[in-house]
Amino acid sequence: MNAPTAGLKSAPISPLWELTLARLRLFFREPGAVFWTFGFPLLLSVALGIAFRNRPAEPVPVAVVSAELERSLEADPQLRPRLLGESEAREALRTGKVDLVVLAGPPIAYLYDPARAESRLARALADAALHPRGAPATIDRPITEPGSRYIDFLIPGLLGMNLMSAGMWGIGYIVVEMRTKKLLKRLVATPMSRAQFLWSFVVMRALFLLLEMPVLLGFARLVFGVRIVGSIALLLGVSLIGALAFAGIGLLVAARAQNTQTVTGLINLVMLPMFVASGVFFSTARFPDAVQPFLRVLPLTALNDGLRAVMIDGAGVTGIAGQIALLGVTTAATFFAALRLFRWR
Amino acid sequence: MPSTPALRCEQLVKKYGDLAAVDGLDLEVDGGECFGLLGPNGAGKTTTVEILEGLNEPTAGRVEVLGMRWDRDERALRQRLGVSLQETHLPDKLTVEENLRMFRSFYLQGRPIEEVLELVGLSDKRASWTERLSGGQKQRLAVACALVSDPELLFLDEPTTGLDPQSRRQLWDVVLGFKSRGRTVLLTTHYMDEAERLCDRVAIVDKGKVIALGTPRELIASLGAQQVVEFVTERPLAPDGWGGLPSVRSARRSADGIALTVEQLHVALPAILARAEPLGLTHLSTHQASLEDVFVHLTGRHLRE
Ligand SMILES: Nc1ncnc2c1ncn2[C@@H]1O[C@H](COP(=O)(O)OP(=O)(O)OP(=O)(O)O)[C@@H](O)[C@H]1O
Ligand SMILES: [Mg+2]
Repeated sequence: MNAPTAGLKSAPISPLWELTLARLRLFFREPGAVFWTFGFPLLLSVALGIAFRNRPAEPVPVAVVSAELERSLEADPQLRPRLLGESEAREALRTGKVDLVVLAGPPIAYLYDPARAESRLARALADAALHPRGAPATIDRPITEPGSRYIDFLIPGLLGMNLMSAGMWGIGYIVVEMRTKKLLKRLVATPMSRAQFLWSFVVMRALFLLLEMPVLLGFARLVFGVRIVGSIALLLGVSLIGALAFAGIGLLVAARAQNTQTVTGLINLVMLPMFVASGVFFSTARFPDAVQPFLRVLPLTALNDGLRAVMIDGAGVTGIAGQIALLGVTTAATFFAALRLFRWR
Repeated sequence: MPSTPALRCEQLVKKYGDLAAVDGLDLEVDGGECFGLLGPNGAGKTTTVEILEGLNEPTAGRVEVLGMRWDRDERALRQRLGVSLQETHLPDKLTVEENLRMFRSFYLQGRPIEEVLELVGLSDKRASWTERLSGGQKQRLAVACALVSDPELLFLDEPTTGLDPQSRRQLWDVVLGFKSRGRTVLLTTHYMDEAERLCDRVAIVDKGKVIALGTPRELIASLGAQQVVEFVTERPLAPDGWGGLPSVRSARRSADGIALTVEQLHVALPAILARAEPLGLTHLSTHQASLEDVFVHLTGRHLRE
């Protein structure tokens, strides 16, 4: 209308914005990618949340060989005694159908497997039921409060896992695909700034974070009542630096790979050990002390530890300075290496 | 003012191990002309073009584009070139318009997207995803991406391979329109009719070297003959002796018979018939000499085989 020069020059458009827009469009037009990024973590949290929900205490199965013993143990609702012959009772213990066998005395004998926690528990409960006067007075505090359940442990782990796989697949795989399709070559035949091209991936990951986090955390809050004890801003900050670290690793695995099979292999090689050993589904403390130093320097371990410290323990910046530093160094080192190695054709 | 050529390369060499894909190639393309590289598969056309586009490093030789050099002036050069590679897979799930807009954003100036869409005949497909375009439409989109910057120099590597005749003609019009604005085009092709129709000058490339250079008309005239006669007889024949017939310039073996280049058909034909008929003539045809015949004449092989 009032632009007489429009015929010569279209409105200036920012290449960084156009590149980022292209990345977002390509993502949201790929239903598979949307599912794996947003839907899958929710399904996983539901499945695991149900599998490991806090159940009301099940009574412990115990085998007894006399009706008198059966009556004494029935007095404790935590025990479920069954009257069996002695050999049957031993068989039941051996096959795990009961956790304890009580033989009539005198003296009363307990058959149990001290290597099994349930078995030791059954012994203690039975002993207390049979000798009530000797039992010390106790108060029970069952753990069902938000903040200390499995789901509270799991959700930050899933968030970390999601940041990792979105960075690796969403950048590493996509870049190699662009290379095999000669699209990278076509782009470098234009005056496009290579830095802006790489930045578009970083901007995309940052924007995505603002969607991924509310979806997963909002869902966990609504369905499981998972709370964020610490500051949301700090949680966002930790997630951001984690996303950047995995963006850098994604770029690095994509730097030279010439086909998607190679990069798929590399991505799995990087991700699988961290899936298992970086405390997504269970604590890294389960691994032997000797490997702990190695686990601590894995980026996903640092990210998960940082996220849990903020979400569950309400840690401040100083409490997770080590994790933030490790992720920062990972980001800087991987971006640097990726840029040095990157093959544009 | 001495005009610098739009493109110049001297003694260009590109080696892949022992194989010399480009083997001492010289080229000079003037501003405003449409120049064609014609050659069979593996001749080194793409390798040459990608070196000129600054996408591949030569093993040896000098390259000048618009008077500039890749090692010094890459940024400035990229603003002024339009490139369509032999194969590029544009993002499947971006629309035609989104693709063009992205490419347009890389350049400081260029043509309005609507105008370019109109030019390549994709206006009604602007909202379609790339993956839903036909092969010819994809190729036209690739050319459109090279045109959005309104380049001074356009590289087209086999722009019409695999297209139906109508789409090819449509692309030819795009190239001719571009040239009529005084711009320069370097294109590669396997099709001699395309080279004859579009190109002011043609270099025939074989095994990494230029084996003939000139306007299509000059190259055909270099055969010294306007017509080609091909025939097949029942008994197999050797080409010897046929070259001596009146008005026949050369003779060679063709696919399943003999091919003669002929200056004047009405003089040569009676003599050819008189000699071929006793041998059991089963087929005879004639056509206007083309660049294909020039290539066959120079190498003894066909362009596409
Ligand atoms: N990256 C490469 N590595 C090894 N050899 C290559 C490479 N690129 C091309 N070549 C070889 O160089 C030669 C020339 O290839 P080029 O692609 O330039 O041919 P072309 O004339 O474009 O052929 P076509 O008409 O089939 O596109 C071929 O023999 C090819 O195999
Ligand atoms: Mg080629």
